[in-house]
Amino acid sequence: MVDIVIIGAGPAGMAAAIQADECGASVMLLDEQQEQGGQIYRNVLNADTARLAVMGDDYAAGQSLASALDRPGVLRELSATVWRVDPDGTVTYSVKGVARQVIGRQIIVATGALERPVPLPGWTLPDVLTAGAAQILMKSNGLVADNAVLVGCGPLLYLLAAQMCLAGAAPKALVETQTRGDTWRSLKYGMGALRGWRTLSKGLGLIAAVRRAGVPRYKAATDVRITGTDSAEAVMFSCGGTAREIACDNVFLHQGVVPNTQISRSLGLEHRWNHRQRCFEPVVDVMGATRLERIHIAGDGAAINGAKAAELQGRVTACDVLVKLGRIDPARRHNLVRPLMRALAGQMAVRPFLDALYPPSAEILRPADDTPVCRCEEVTAGDIRNYARIGCVGPNQTKAFGRSGMGPCQGRYCGLTVTEILAKENDMSLQKIGSYRVRAPLKPVTLGELASLAETNGTPTVEEDHSHD
Amino acid sequence: MFRRLETTGGDHVEFEFDGRRIVARRGDSVAAALLAAGIKSFRTTQKSGAARGPFCMMGACFDCLVEIDGETVQACAVPVSQDLLVGRCKQVSLSPRDEQ
Ligand code: FES
Repeated sequence: MVDIVIIGAGPAGMAAAIQADECGASVMLLDEQQEQGGQIYRNVLNADTARLAVMGDDYAAGQSLASALDRPGVLRELSATVWRVDPDGTVTYSVKGVARQVIGRQIIVATGALERPVPLPGWTLPDVLTAGAAQILMKSNGLVADNAVLVGCGPLLYLLAAQMCLAGAAPKALVETQTRGDTWRSLKYGMGALRGWRTLSKGLGLIAAVRRAGVPRYKAATDVRITGTDSAEAVMFSCGGTAREIACDNVFLHQGVVPNTQISRSLGLEHRWNHRQRCFEPVVDVMGATRLERIHIAGDGAAINGAKAAELQGRVTACDVLVKLGRIDPARRHNLVRPLMRALAGQMAVRPFLDALYPPSAEILRPADDTPVCRCEEVTAGDIRNYARIGCVGPNQTKAFGRSGMGPCQGRYCGLTVTEILAKENDMSLQKIGSYRVRAPLKPVTLGELASLAETNGTPTVEEDHSHD
Repeated sequence: MFRRLETTGGDHVEFEFDGRRIVARRGDSVAAALLAAGIKSFRTTQKSGAARGPFCMMGACFDCLVEIDGETVQACAVPVSQDLLVGRCKQVSLSPRDEQ
């Protein structure tokens, strides 16, 4: 047993681990990757100066955080896939096919974000990847794609474009979905945005760099689709009333990121619809505490605010957990948390503006009937609409109608779309429609893994879970 | 088509995919190594037979499935190793528990 088990070694998880260790708590930090950093700082400890120059300062900044984890009080369990978390603090995971369990007096879930699903015609073709995937390939493998088109909207799209330009693989075009109306709507958040000026000016710098490289930008693109037989061959769209087609070898999609709620869902915690960001968030207090005594959630997995905020939130959450463990008293927590909260407010000031400026496009929220929505089971938007017509009102019901969300990804890349479609078809609120129920195992587990768990500690493993609705 | 930013350096590792010899860099995931070798499609779907390759590169989408040692695994989550034998999965035999 350890004081705190932290799931996810991104900015929130790493910062929480360091804070906890500084206050004398024993920590076990679990992550799926071979090294700490999370997706945002992936492979940052191995990046040489050339790689750092391409990826930029925000990436390089991850080095100091990632190397600060090197401390005897923080036990790292890497290449570890967590597939079950219980409210009593038991965390079950597998490393290279062998299952293990650890019990934490307290648990911090810091599993970050996932790319929002981008159901466009052709999004399932090979050579169509998320923008995040393109970045991972650059960070981990030094791989770049020539002849790629970037499709979608949001700051990450510009960041990726700028990084590709610096790497000498400028994208062929940016096909952007945000509209002029979005720009107007964002202006009402102008004051808040100004407080986040550093973030904003960085964004403008990225856009300028992309423009300097001569990359064409098509704004307010509609009817976006990707064509090709066995892989992506072109992006088609209309822009300003003109139909266009751009031949390419790769397409990178991005429509923002959303909290990864697999663990919080599996724990039966309440989730609330965030209308501004169009996603569900687990209900937590400012410290990241949930209604379960032993479970906290920190970082983008609680609410999307970006890496810098996640790092601060990780420390805040750790302070709250440390009080629960009796490692610090509430007065000390107050002193530790106050400056963190002030910095956090600065980080969060720019969010409403960005959310309004780069909303998910109408087309991906309401895909055309023949667009695949569930990638695993190949269920289309039209299928979901048909289920609604014959009485399906909830995401879980769609599973019975046509297996959507029942494939190995467990609804990670169709859940939000299914919720959007059902809400629209049934004329119900998104909150009311809710989302897929998630159950352990959170990732597919082999019989061998189950057997290895029984061998190591003789506890029953995947019995039916009664913890949720 | 993906290419390496640095054309030199890095330890080379050779493995096999579907009978084809692939040269990778140590530290690559199987998925990254296959993309670097110009392989786009890793498998076909059960329902429609559509080609699929990696989508998320972070273990979330399960589009990159391949077969290693008779088991269906995510190619983006497995590091390459010398002489690793990787095959196309004949059938995706991964499904979390069915539920109503
Ligand atoms: S590419 Fe998504 S799980 Fe491997």
